[in-house]
Amino acid sequence: MNDTASEKQPEAAPIIEIVGMHKWFGDFHVLRDIHLTVKRQERIVICGPSGSGKSTLIRCINRLEEHQRGDIIVDGIELTNNIKNIEKIRAEVGMVFQHFNLFPHLTIMENLTLGPIWVRKVPKKEAEETAMHYLEKVQIAEQAEKYPGQLSGGQQQRVAIARSLCMKPKVMLFDEPTSALDPEMVKEVLDAMIELAEEGMTMLVVSHEMGFARSVAHRVLFMDFGRIVEENEPEAFFHHPQHERTQLFLSQILH
Amino acid sequence: MDERDVADMDEIKPPKSQTGIIGWIRQNLFNGTFNSILTVITLFFLWKTVPPLIRWFFIDSVWTTGSEACYTADGACWSVISNNIRFILFGLYPHDLQWRPLIAIALLVALLAYSRDRRRWRRSLFYIWATGLFVMGLLMKGGLFGLENVDTTRWSGLPLTLLLSIFGMVAAYPLGVLLALGRRSRMPAIKSLCVVYIEMIRGVPLISLLFMSSIMFPLFLPEGLTINKILRAQIAIILFTAAYIAEVVRGGLQAIPRGQYEAAESLGLNFPQKMRLIVLPQALKIVIPPTVGILVSAFKDTSLVVIIALYDLLKTTQSVLSNPKWMGFSSEAYIFIAFIYFICCFSMSNYSRKLERELGAGERH
Ligand SMILES: Nc1ncnc2c1ncn2[C@@H]1O[C@H](COP(=O)(O)OP(=O)(O)O)[C@@H](O)[C@H]1O
Ligand SMILES: [Mg+2]
Repeated sequence: MNDTASEKQPEAAPIIEIVGMHKWFGDFHVLRDIHLTVKRQERIVICGPSGSGKSTLIRCINRLEEHQRGDIIVDGIELTNNIKNIEKIRAEVGMVFQHFNLFPHLTIMENLTLGPIWVRKVPKKEAEETAMHYLEKVQIAEQAEKYPGQLSGGQQQRVAIARSLCMKPKVMLFDEPTSALDPEMVKEVLDAMIELAEEGMTMLVVSHEMGFARSVAHRVLFMDFGRIVEENEPEAFFHHPQHERTQLFLSQILH
Repeated sequence: MDERDVADMDEIKPPKSQTGIIGWIRQNLFNGTFNSILTVITLFFLWKTVPPLIRWFFIDSVWTTGSEACYTADGACWSVISNNIRFILFGLYPHDLQWRPLIAIALLVALLAYSRDRRRWRRSLFYIWATGLFVMGLLMKGGLFGLENVDTTRWSGLPLTLLLSIFGMVAAYPLGVLLALGRRSRMPAIKSLCVVYIEMIRGVPLISLLFMSSIMFPLFLPEGLTINKILRAQIAIILFTAAYIAEVVRGGLQAIPRGQYEAAESLGLNFPQKMRLIVLPQALKIVIPPTVGILVSAFKDTSLVVIIALYDLLKTTQSVLSNPKWMGFSSEAYIFIAFIYFICCFSMSNYSRKLERELGAGERH
């Protein structure tokens, strides 16, 4: 195990706690008996074949999808059907999508300041300073006045990361952040994520980037048919997978 | 490829026959036998029709004479306009007070021109319009500040047409957007209410709505209570136009990808914020062309109020033509009001194109 993973072992109450959670799409049982605890500053990578429910799982955490059984507790608040201020929780949970989902009618700067201004009620000037700070961090400050459509995929995804960070979230969810990118742009996005990891951000990342998982993850989960089949520390996970399905999956993605 | 190759390629120019006026004519008018024949036939028709029209319009026409001169003239009798311009434009409005609607219209045009620039769309513009509309209303109605009171039954001509259409559009647009949102609502009661409303209104012609508002609606009102006739027509126009706007806006809403909603939600925006800041700006922009189409036809449809005996621009013109003196000159009179309608509608679609261009600046999908 490498340094970054072992330097900080988080102590405080978990940021996310999922207990016996099930979800159905109509009759389709998409998530089955999910148990998952994410401690503060912990970084988890989720992998698994397409359709295994990875996206659905992390979308349940900020309630873009509703679960039907079991409990999901985020930052001490249980997600229930009659939850009043789901917006409050969502503000604490950053989300980065596979297809970036930037707002095409707003400039990069406006994309970044929208959340802080309207949700956090931060004054415009302060929001712009924060935005500039994060844009510099993802090395894209000179594009602030452009529109998303004028940027490359890799740049757009870095903007999307910066947009989430501007909300100062307590945890960041990533849903295959590099899988819609051309190969030469994957690295710039991963670099931004690695830097974020090194600063101690709590991260839940759906990704098949094994190099990334090795260098930043505390744990790797493997999902198949809606279940978490296996979880382990990265080195053990990649070198000594226990389950047959994990072995098969790893042999496919590692060639 | 080395540098010299690139330089060489830059210097190759297109052949002469492809450029210049000759090139353009060859490419666009005489490329192939069929197109050449079409071009010749078209030129022949233009030669046969345009010169006589110009003669009728300008050379043989009379402009400011009485009606007798018109009967002897070979060309157009524009005198029918110049002799009756005040009645055509202001109708039954008291003759001595017609400067008031004139100023009101000038004020309206000035406000529209001022609002063209999107950078002026601030809160202050709202107050400017509120003040402007109040002044216009005051000029039309009077009764304050020593202005003589003019009953609304005498409002007619161009001011009436503009009043019905501009208020119609301004009120129908937000109502239509609300209806579109309602139709997509998850609450069944709201949704079905909106669906029923939209489909019912779209199922009947505007004429029947106008009839209902002017004849049937008063029957349901308690004895003694009357609602102004113009207001009733206005409401019918608003309700009618809003239903069509709603369907167009719904189309725009459907074009917004789920990811936009999800990104907005994951930032913690609540429903009104999400709609106002993310979804509607994009959806409304997509549907600018069909929306303007609806507004333009709503503008023209205001002329249907003649059937409930409101004296709009079309009706005042018809009244002039029913005068035996001017009876034969309907072409000229109708060309004139067609021209007024054209100016208004053309400015609208022209402006919409400008707006579309500006809003699209920098975006690429
Ligand atoms: N909104 C939905 N309605 C119905 N089925 C869905 C929906 N979203 C996803 N699914 C199905 O749920 C399964 C898991 O999807 P997803 O979580 O996206 O998988 P993954 O991200 O692991 O590829 C897939 O079979 C998918 O077809
Ligand atoms: Mg997925």
